[in-house]
Amino acid sequence: MKVEIDPGLCQGHGRCYGLAPALFREDDEGYGQVPGDGVVPPEAERDARLAALNCPEHAIELAEEG
Amino acid sequence: MAIDDRFTRDSQETGEREVTGTRSEIITGPVRDWATDFSHLEPEWSADPYPIQDDLRQRCPIARTERFGGAWLPTRHEDVAAIAHDTERFSSRSVILSNFRPPRELAPVGGSPPISSDPPFHHDARKLLLPAFTKKALARYEPATRAFCRSLIDSFAGRAVVDAAQDYAQHIPMRVIADMLGFPPQDGPRFREFVEDLLEGINLPPDERVERVSRMFDYLLEQVHDHLDEPRDDLTTYLINAELYGRKLDPSVVTGAMALLLIAGIDTSWSAIGASLWHLAKTPADRERLVAEPGRLPTAMEELLRAYAPVTMARLVKEDMHWHGVEMKAEDWILLSFPAANRDPAQFDRAHEVVIDREVNRHAAFGLGIHRCLGSHLARMELRVALEAWLERIPAFTLDDPGAVTWSAGQVRGPRTLPLRIGRPLAPSPVSHDA
Repeated sequence: MKVEIDPGLCQGHGRCYGLAPALFREDDEGYGQVPGDGVVPPEAERDARLAALNCPEHAIELAEEG
Repeated sequence: MAIDDRFTRDSQETGEREVTGTRSEIITGPVRDWATDFSHLEPEWSADPYPIQDDLRQRCPIARTERFGGAWLPTRHEDVAAIAHDTERFSSRSVILSNFRPPRELAPVGGSPPISSDPPFHHDARKLLLPAFTKKALARYEPATRAFCRSLIDSFAGRAVVDAAQDYAQHIPMRVIADMLGFPPQDGPRFREFVEDLLEGINLPPDERVERVSRMFDYLLEQVHDHLDEPRDDLTTYLINAELYGRKLDPSVVTGAMALLLIAGIDTSWSAIGASLWHLAKTPADRERLVAEPGRLPTAMEELLRAYAPVTMARLVKEDMHWHGVEMKAEDWILLSFPAANRDPAQFDRAHEVVIDREVNRHAAFGLGIHRCLGSHLARMELRVALEAWLERIPAFTLDDPGAVTWSAGQVRGPRTLPLRIGRPLAPSPVSHDA
């Protein structure tokens, strides 16, 4: 699984880095960021889904792989 | 000392102090039909707006009123979200629905930027403030906030009943905001007056309203002068020195932004803390669960924010248009009810219930789109710390007299009188995890 934030939609609500701090972080203005390549380790997939489902702006995209 | 002549009294012209703008007839009194004559200032709405919103959602779903010179009230999540995201057709020039429309020329800055600003100015004004309001930047205020909450609880010693709205919730954001802006902490009660004047004095005679708003700007100007004489590490000094487009900010932008932080930061958090304690006082199962499992608080808080979202915003329609089934006219108000959006069954399962462990919760308590509440991370910190400090010392409490609870009127809704029976608070824990 890969995770991505659409910067055109993100408004800095911070639900993602609150719920899944291992997958997301905040930038200097509070917008969400995905550090690294966005690959989600299997044990963090539930957190990734939870972050996506709680984003008020629908700014998080999850791509299931192979 | 350098003279900063931006802040002489003559140069201050802000928001409702402008002589231009449009006034509409003040209409008060019982609502005839909520679909055609709604008013969020009537007691029925402040006592319990949710059944009214639920009814309107089914039969309108966009309600109308001729009060305030004409306004619309969308009640579906879909419509609220569409308006919040559409800054082309809906202006934030004034976000408090009243009988006064500021002049169109006030856009795109508005009286209290950036909340009252439209693009493109909005983005730049907001960018100035965002770094001070990140989760990380606000963490520095958490220990002092916790210590302050504990000192409030210490002051309950010997009392079986306390007013959780007046003796606890209201003081917390007042103290934090005073600290952030660098205002004297003992000025808290004055902030409360400013908040009431601006948010609850909507239907006062125009002259009195202007007079009251002027009092706040006079106070802010005093604080600016104090900071010019003695600059320090706080938001007021930051705003005085901040630059936009290579120039220092207009004085009205400085005091407007200060007004925003003062007004928007106080009774909003006060309301969220109070409404959460009100819910826990009347819902023993939820209270006991949070006492037993404090780790659930972050999830529970989001649900309390959804169910009792304190804040409703306003917009002004830019041009005549047919919109989602209604004929909107230029300068019509929109009452943008995030609380109504948060209880739309099309968006949330069991929308009318408080489900304390609701895991998927895409609520809009902090708004949507470019005006997402600037202070949302501050509000969450205050709410979390206030509830943690309370529950750790007062794990058991009930409503002393449900009939004595009162709620604020207007666009920010929360308990203003909240007598709770608390028994005897537990002694402070000798081990403090953050001292």
